[in-house]
Amino acid sequence: MKLDINNRQHDVDVDPRTPLLYVLRDDLKLNAAKFGCGLGQCGACTVLVDGKPVFSCVTPLALLAGKKITTVEGLGTTDNPAPIQRAFIEEQAAQCGYCIAGMIMRAQALLLGNPHADDAEIRAWLEPNLCRCGTHMRILRAVRRAQELIKTAQTGAAG
Amino acid sequence: MSNDLTISRRAVLAGTGALIFSFSASPLPAQDAAAPPSASPPAPPLPGSLKQFPYLDSWIRIDAGGSITVCTGKAELGQGIKTALSQIAAEQLDADFDKVEIITADTALTPNEGYTAGSHSLQDSGTAILHAAAQVRQILIAEAAKRAAMPPERMQTQRAAVIAPDGRRFGYGDLVSAALLHVQAAPQSPLKAPSDYNIMGQAQQRIDIPAKVTGGAAYVQDLRPDGMVHGRVVRPPSYGATLTDVDAAAIEKMPGVVKVVRDGSFLGVIAEREFQAVEAMRALAAAAHWQETAKLPDGAALPALLLGLPSQDTAVFDQHGPAPGNGKTLSATYTRPYVSHGSIGPSCAVARFDGDALTVWTHTQGVYPDRDAIAEMLRMPKEKVRLTHAEGSGCYGHNGADDAAADAAVLARALPGRPVRVQWTREQEHAWEPYGPAMVVKVSASLDATGRKIADWDYGVWSNTHSMRPGGAGALLAAQSLAQPFTPPPPKPIPMPEGGGDRNSIPLYKFPSARVVSRFLPTMPVRVSALRALGGYMNVFCIESFMDELALAAGADPVEFRLQHLDDPRARDAVSTAAKNFGWPGKAAPGHGNGFAFARYKNLAAYCAIACEVEVDRESGRARMVRAVAAVDSGQVVNPDGIKNQIEGAILQSTSWTLFENVTFDHRRITSVDWASYPILRFSDVPDAVDVHVIDRPGTPFLGSGEAGQGPAAAAVANAIANATGKRFRDLPISRQRIKTAIGV
Ligand code: FES
Ligand code: FES
Repeated sequence: MKLDINNRQHDVDVDPRTPLLYVLRDDLKLNAAKFGCGLGQCGACTVLVDGKPVFSCVTPLALLAGKKITTVEGLGTTDNPAPIQRAFIEEQAAQCGYCIAGMIMRAQALLLGNPHADDAEIRAWLEPNLCRCGTHMRILRAVRRAQELIKTAQTGAAG
Repeated sequence: MSNDLTISRRAVLAGTGALIFSFSASPLPAQDAAAPPSASPPAPPLPGSLKQFPYLDSWIRIDAGGSITVCTGKAELGQGIKTALSQIAAEQLDADFDKVEIITADTALTPNEGYTAGSHSLQDSGTAILHAAAQVRQILIAEAAKRAAMPPERMQTQRAAVIAPDGRRFGYGDLVSAALLHVQAAPQSPLKAPSDYNIMGQAQQRIDIPAKVTGGAAYVQDLRPDGMVHGRVVRPPSYGATLTDVDAAAIEKMPGVVKVVRDGSFLGVIAEREFQAVEAMRALAAAAHWQETAKLPDGAALPALLLGLPSQDTAVFDQHGPAPGNGKTLSATYTRPYVSHGSIGPSCAVARFDGDALTVWTHTQGVYPDRDAIAEMLRMPKEKVRLTHAEGSGCYGHNGADDAAADAAVLARALPGRPVRVQWTREQEHAWEPYGPAMVVKVSASLDATGRKIADWDYGVWSNTHSMRPGGAGALLAAQSLAQPFTPPPPKPIPMPEGGGDRNSIPLYKFPSARVVSRFLPTMPVRVSALRALGGYMNVFCIESFMDELALAAGADPVEFRLQHLDDPRARDAVSTAAKNFGWPGKAAPGHGNGFAFARYKNLAAYCAIACEVEVDRESGRARMVRAVAAVDSGQVVNPDGIKNQIEGAILQSTSWTLFENVTFDHRRITSVDWASYPILRFSDVPDAVDVHVIDRPGTPFLGSGEAGQGPAAAAVANAIANATGKRFRDLPISRQRIKTAIGV
């Protein structure tokens, strides 16, 4: 079946019951989305489907025909990071980092849908995602910094 | 390990000249890391891990092209050790930070530094690298001086080159030759003056973070060697269950299934694709029949059970001062349940067996001890087994890493030539990891005749061992279930001064009389091992909670009361810094409370004081940390932002343990097997602000800070809850239900 991932069409020959996470990791060799629970309980596998965060570990391929899937790899690179990635680097918002790709994708959905979210909204939005290292303070700071980076870029472009 | 790193390691191995020629990760003189160097005249001990690995080129290698490689036997666990060690080397070598490469724990490449645990990495490896780098710089200066025919005192170093007074520049790569760095370290090193540091002590962005936020290959989970297949294991339903029967015929015919592997009660399956392995594992689990024998204790009656187990008692501190007089006496009992490491990524490993050699990529904390255990399990010579550390999710101690590595090894042996990747499920990680042990503390203390100071202190701590790490093969789950099984080694206490269950059981405070008894419990009803801070979490929680109870009885301010009993100036400084920056004592809003706690980790590592404010919702019993201020003294600071990150993390993780966590089980099986049945802290529980003040002590020894926050955070939270509610909570976790019941709304 055909999948639209990070703005590229991919043809995958996989049982349509297969959760998206395994296809991303094994067939497309994308590292960012992580296996954390396979149960929809932790958010380590979060990706965007049509701009909305979903748990890729419990989303079978069959549901994804014609949808646009975005992973961390679709945001930016180490040389050219997206604002949310730059913000995580600038805030040093990782310890082990295993939860971070999922955090970034959930945060990215917020930046797209509610770019001016306040602190309480950011916290509520991130609630489904778990971090065991206790990096939460930095993750929150990184999301706020990403809002600023985007705002500055927009003002810069406008002015 | 990232693919980038693989390439750079390969480049290292393929390199010619000085680098590979002089490589020596073996200790002197024997292969045994524990053997002391045989140098005949007794020399002063070498600093840090140079004691076991005295050759400079075990730590620092420079190739003819000038590339600098630092080798450490410690592993990156998300604590930022690669970055901090690189900073140390770059500083002492006078090289640019980003020009230094680092190789971490690998039985083929690095010194054997045992486990990356106990906040020892900077103390052991950091100290070795500090001194080795300084001595390498001195050797390079001497070599350049010889070539320039100038006195070495007149040479300077800068950006990986020695500069002569006449301006001639000798790159480090031009100066090295095969044998130049293959020399033993001297006891003294020409360390730079801390005032000249410009890399150490500066906040340095971590070298591993860019790959982690862009989908780079950063973890063992991301390895995909050619021909890799996916393994899954089927664990028994309960401890010690034996596999009586499994009809695997149907499973062997499932799509993609390469092999079902059964050896005694070890059961696993290998498939071409990952989801095929998952489905085969599920089918195999459904087809397996087990005989269960486990008898787990009644969780609710756990403290009584622990107190009733046979114990080996050691007085770890015993001091008799004048008779206490007739001041007030307080007594209390504190308890802690089993606590899960709960790594966000379940354990994973990749192994490849090629005829007679085995390679395992693993996120173990100890590549050498785990290598020995796996070799023993497979009855292979150690030299034929290589373990390479590759990062996993944060582990916080002994989680499933070693067991997953053993699982991968057993499956790989059954399928020679193909790398087998084993990924544990969430439920396996939760049910099979060795937990932080349940504990009980009983303490009583008397105030002196003035009623203001403690005269006498009596403390007992009941605990299982806090380390069942391999060890031998018997520590590995897979080895325990093979047809020819290995039995777990008998549990042993970790001796003081570091201690296990008794870690931090001796208060740093000075009392005229004090007695501390460690009651070691060899019987282990539930699988346990090392969890971050070991007994230090519980003991600091107890001591610091009780100090507050005593301060209340003495009518004293908790911070003042601590300072009255504390004479170590660095301890006093940490306490005062946290108090001042918090605005102690402050005035808590209604429903809020402030709490304070302090400890020096292991009484010999970092000092950490934490003040915090907690709000308690009287209706629901829900407690939330509102803000925390910490002060930490880790000796010479290498990466201040790294220390802040560790302490912030410690505060949040410890708050989670303290408010929410409790491993549950019925009479036979572990029942907390996922995030629904084992809830942890979430964003809605996160404080508004956490502020960490790092106290730098230039030129003093490194004091590890990775675990220093666990105990103080727990007690600060408990003390703040007591301050908010007027009730003292001595049983962990201080759950919503317990608070609600106690305040009786
Ligand atoms: S891995 Fe998908 S929610 Fe945990
Ligand atoms: S940084 Fe380790 S789990 Fe979040």
